[in-house]
Amino acid sequence: MNTTSANNPPLPPTPAFNMLRTLGLVATLSGLLVVLSYQVTLPMIERNKQQAIEKALYKVVPGAVQRKDFVAIEERIELLDTQPEGTLLYAGYDQTGQLKGIALETAAAGYQDVIRLLYGYDPYCQCIRGIQVLKMAETPGIGDKIIKDARFQQNFEALEARMHPSGKGLQQAIVPVKQGNKTEAWQIDAISGATISSNAVARMLNETSQHMVPIIMKNLPIMEQF
Amino acid sequence: MASLPNQQETITLDTFLRGLWQENPVFVMLLGMCPVLAVTNSAINALAMGLASTFVLVASNSLVSLMRHFIPKQVRIATYIIIIATFVTMVDYAIQAISLELYNALGAFIQLIVVNCMILGRAEAYASKQRLGATIINGLGIGAGFTFALLCLGIVREILGAGSLFGFDLFGDQFQPWVVMILPPGGFFVLGAWLLLFNWLRTRREAKLLETEGAPHDG
Ligand SMILES: Cc1cc2nc3c(=O)[nH]c(=O)nc-3n(C[C@H](O)[C@H](O)[C@H](O)COP(=O)(O)O)c2cc1C
Repeated sequence: MNTTSANNPPLPPTPAFNMLRTLGLVATLSGLLVVLSYQVTLPMIERNKQQAIEKALYKVVPGAVQRKDFVAIEERIELLDTQPEGTLLYAGYDQTGQLKGIALETAAAGYQDVIRLLYGYDPYCQCIRGIQVLKMAETPGIGDKIIKDARFQQNFEALEARMHPSGKGLQQAIVPVKQGNKTEAWQIDAISGATISSNAVARMLNETSQHMVPIIMKNLPIMEQF
Repeated sequence: MASLPNQQETITLDTFLRGLWQENPVFVMLLGMCPVLAVTNSAINALAMGLASTFVLVASNSLVSLMRHFIPKQVRIATYIIIIATFVTMVDYAIQAISLELYNALGAFIQLIVVNCMILGRAEAYASKQRLGATIINGLGIGAGFTFALLCLGIVREILGAGSLFGFDLFGDQFQPWVVMILPPGGFFVLGAWLLLFNWLRTRREAKLLETEGAPHDG
């Protein structure tokens, strides 16, 4: 389309300085703008992340209205103060400071991509009280039933996750069963047609609980004081 | 491209409207298809993507236009890309600050605005030659055309595939959604249908024009 180079006499060569000047100027300007917008938005983004966690926490720990963050380092649980190095635990308390439950993050591969969710563990009934999906890319209309299907959500009203008497792992592993075949409190009634997504939820709850429930039960006193 | 290659354009209504209709980046020029197909599974995603791309387009092209006498030809692509990437990063942070939910829904496609050829194409074909005013007006027009096209897809796909519009339920519980419409194949179906419609409208208009102009010769 542009035929000027063919018809006109060649332009004088561009001095190297001009090229360096332009690129240098643009790169500097770019750096300033990017850092500035990062600095300006950082507190807002942090607040959004905190709000998202809080919203999910109050859903999976029924009755909670306040929270305190803990971190599990190997077998110990400590109050979170600086940079987290272990597993994060969000403890939820009611108005009077009574511990209502502990929320944990977990993840496993679903049908499309990793499903990440927050679940609430009630140490007094030793059961799971709710799940809240934080991130997933499951197929709309199929895999997203793990959020939308009310019957599936009923699994998590009191899903048993009892510590084994030996203090290692769970007494009964959390397992999925085919839709309509749930008979035991530790079974998850899967969604027919979304078996892969349902199994992923069961698998991640089982894996994380096998590891974390004994640690929570052994360190309960630390989390009970608000 | 029809827009005057080397002379300064005087701003008219057409400077804006061209991007919306005759030079619509999606329905006429078929540019930026990646976000068009990928993030139009709901109206709100389509709108957010359209607005984000418009901001990047107008901001980056304004800067290119302002600097047009200082950008040597040899380094122009590198310069444009740095400018575009800067504004994309700013939009990326801004969307995270506005809503994490929206940010998660749009996924990697915000960052991918960097390589949207609609924006680089405008910088190369228009902003590098035109004054700031015309560049802003033209960019707003192209951005509006892009947003309009994304909304055309997003609205249809959300209504058919989820039975809702901007998240509001339209049909109640009885509606059995046509799920394929919000899955990737639905993007191709709906884009194809819109292209068919717009091309049919255009050929019809051109045929009419020919009829009135060409009548004496045909007689
Ligand atoms: C396009 C497409 C998307 C699918 N998405 C999911 C999904 O997100 N989650 C899921 O569990 N199964 C999904 N499936 C279905 C699985 O492939 C599999 O058929 C199903 O989980 C088996 O369930 P059933 O044993 O209860 O019949 C999808 C299938 C297709 C063809």
